[in-house]
Amino acid sequence: MAVLLNRRQMIGGLALGCSAAASPLVTPIAFARAPWEERLVVLILRGAMDGLDAVRPVGDPAFRALRPTLSEGGLPLDGWWELHPALGPLLPLWQAGEFGAAHAVATPYRDRRSHFDGQDILEAGTGGPDLMRLRDGWLNRALALLPGVEAETAFAIGREHLLILSGQVPVSQWSPEARLRLSPQARRLIESVQHDDPLFRDASLMAMEIVDELAAEAEEGGQAMMAGPAAGGGPHGQLADFAASRLRGETRIASFSLGGWDTHVQQAQNLTRALGRLAETILALKDGLGPLWDRTAVLCLTEFGRTARENGSGGTDHGTGGAMLFAGGALRGGRVLGDWPGLDEADLYQGRDLMPTRDVRAHAAWVLRAFAGLSRPDLEGTVFPALDMGSDPGLVL
Amino acid sequence: MTFDPHLAAIRFGTGLSPYLPPPSSIEAMLERLAGPDVAARAIPAMSYTEALAIERAFAQANRQARNGETAAIRAAARAERDRLRRLVEPTRLAQFRTVLARQVASEDALRERLLLFWANHFTARPKTTVAGILIAPYVEEAIRPHVAGRFADMLTAVALHPVMVAYLDQARSIGPGSIQGRQSGRGLNENYARELLELHTVGVGGGYTQEDVRQLALLLTGVTVAEGQTVYRPRWAEPGAETVLGRTYPAEADLATVQAVLADLAVRPETARHLARKLAVHFVSDAPEERLVEALAGEWLASGGDLLAVTGALLRHPAAWSPRKDKVKPPVDFIASALRALGLGADFLLPLGFRETRRLLANPLAVMGQPWQDPPGPDGWPEAPEAWITPQFMAARIDWAMNRPEEMQPDLPDPRDFVRIALGPAAREEVIFAAHAAERPSEAIGVILASSDFQRR
Repeated sequence: MAVLLNRRQMIGGLALGCSAAASPLVTPIAFARAPWEERLVVLILRGAMDGLDAVRPVGDPAFRALRPTLSEGGLPLDGWWELHPALGPLLPLWQAGEFGAAHAVATPYRDRRSHFDGQDILEAGTGGPDLMRLRDGWLNRALALLPGVEAETAFAIGREHLLILSGQVPVSQWSPEARLRLSPQARRLIESVQHDDPLFRDASLMAMEIVDELAAEAEEGGQAMMAGPAAGGGPHGQLADFAASRLRGETRIASFSLGGWDTHVQQAQNLTRALGRLAETILALKDGLGPLWDRTAVLCLTEFGRTARENGSGGTDHGTGGAMLFAGGALRGGRVLGDWPGLDEADLYQGRDLMPTRDVRAHAAWVLRAFAGLSRPDLEGTVFPALDMGSDPGLVL
Repeated sequence: MTFDPHLAAIRFGTGLSPYLPPPSSIEAMLERLAGPDVAARAIPAMSYTEALAIERAFAQANRQARNGETAAIRAAARAERDRLRRLVEPTRLAQFRTVLARQVASEDALRERLLLFWANHFTARPKTTVAGILIAPYVEEAIRPHVAGRFADMLTAVALHPVMVAYLDQARSIGPGSIQGRQSGRGLNENYARELLELHTVGVGGGYTQEDVRQLALLLTGVTVAEGQTVYRPRWAEPGAETVLGRTYPAEADLATVQAVLADLAVRPETARHLARKLAVHFVSDAPEERLVEALAGEWLASGGDLLAVTGALLRHPAAWSPRKDKVKPPVDFIASALRALGLGADFLLPLGFRETRRLLANPLAVMGQPWQDPPGPDGWPEAPEAWITPQFMAARIDWAMNRPEEMQPDLPDPRDFVRIALGPAAREEVIFAAHAAERPSEAIGVILASSDFQRR
């Protein structure tokens, strides 16, 4: 019993641990490499990003009438589409084919338009009769189907609970907000009191290791900052920098969220700020990943779109169809994917929202298929229940 | 493997205190639990009615802000809406302080532990940010009165509480063959029926089928929410009799049928077994001894789901007193027991401001992995020690233990005394040594609180 318990605790400590391969506690035996090299970052945009404002269908004759004050200053892409000016910093990526969008997409969630339910369903990846079965996240179910997965293969970043990565497969989590200020003596004492309890000992040591590593990286980064462009200060910059630091190592999947998208009022200002942070986040990932950027996909998912018409407060309300932004050298960007449903009154969903023409989960599924080799039945049954992936949108290069 | 007062306070209470003596016996613990709810009287909580008034006022202002007839009405409504929105987080954290103060100050700490256990069992989350202020009143009014009462009463109070009815979408479920269903074309939502079986009563291995779920969902139609109150609408109720787990319920569309199925589910052997195991896992070990689970399930059935009797069976069982501490305090319990050991009580917590509460308590809780009343899903917080003691969460515990106590209690106790207060006579030599060897008192306190000795129970 005692042996079993220790073994279980030891496994738990390892499984939930970080930098396990580098830990002095563990001999580097069973550390199979992750079965693929591509990096996947899933950004959850909490609050419902207005896809029609981020990537504007100015070629649609109905667009400007629906958005009398929310269509100024766009950056022309191809005559039909314009990019929101706050995404200007990503224009070079667009031109290089490393940034793009899939439009008129949605999860299977309809009609209630609640952020909480919408985000849960987005992260759970559910569909069909089990839409509300919110037990685990689709990234975790995908990990469960893959060989050679270690705790460090996937990283949930930030202090929030990320449903998208939670489930049976142990993943790692760290928040750049986590602090651990210890004097050398306090550190020694912590080590000594935890010594006989493997669960606490391993977690404490690994925490100290990560903090040391981050401190060392911050020092290097501080010097690099002098030379190069700033990678975006603020919490989103920290999240992106930390994600990049993990993805440079054994991590293959990272996820975190960005807020500030619920633009019911003064969308012109509020969305500019949120998109500006998103652009900084993507650029920080690109900077941090260096040559690995060529093997990276960043998917920006949001719970639903917003109303086609702007409201009386210079904003938009909860809608249905929206856009998925994507970036990364592993993807074929520089274009807008999707079947455009049109914006005429009769084309709108319930006369108010952009009509979804594709399940947003299909795009994520095609990326997982290309990156990790998951089979279509697994993707359409287990990872994304009741999904029809449809034809390959050619998202991955 | 027998009663030990210090172990009793740590494993079945909210920890040791320099002022509050540990329980003197199992009988004394049960007597308190059977008696009046002293802590709730001493530290009153906000009522559902009071919280609902804020939530309703917000909803109304929100509607007016959009649809008000004139610009002036809309502007005034916007201002009112924003004022009410700013009340939400301070209100939620005031509710948090109330719950924490009872944990920290009560001599009847077993009641507070049972409250958290059952509140977690019947997890409900808000559908909107503003509705977050309704969760604590839901726990206070549907769960707290029944922690030493009958499970059937708790189950019924929960099932008919507007917060639960809304959370698991019962509020939107309409019998497809009902008057409303035929007129509107809207239909059944099985979410609550499924969780009622899988999570709340018989459990995932409870031998029910998809058809049982559907039949139960049909039986529950009619129960919905209007203006934040539970109502029964016969026009929404599916006509005809329903059969759930082999028992057929009358065709009458009324609340009595709903109450009957809940009363039956509460005392089924599968429910007894599911909850006996869950209690043993929560209080004793993730792999509890079979005889302990059997004893609790047996008492459940013998007493008809009397939670005082079942709790008594738990405390009286030798397996409950194993000196090995297999469980880890979740963050809320960790913080509560640390405050209690530091001698901080209700007089410290209740007057604490919003910002201090956030900085000293609520934010650290979130970084430790347990944001206040925001569990990941309807199955509540995890039980496994491995889920709580991860590098990030451990770092947050250590950092809090090292830095916050001194801010909250400038007159820190002498660490050499504190190690005995916090850990009792069972304190290990390594921890006693560390208490003496630290460079500063705050570091010594930090090491003691961060030690697995203090964090386990």
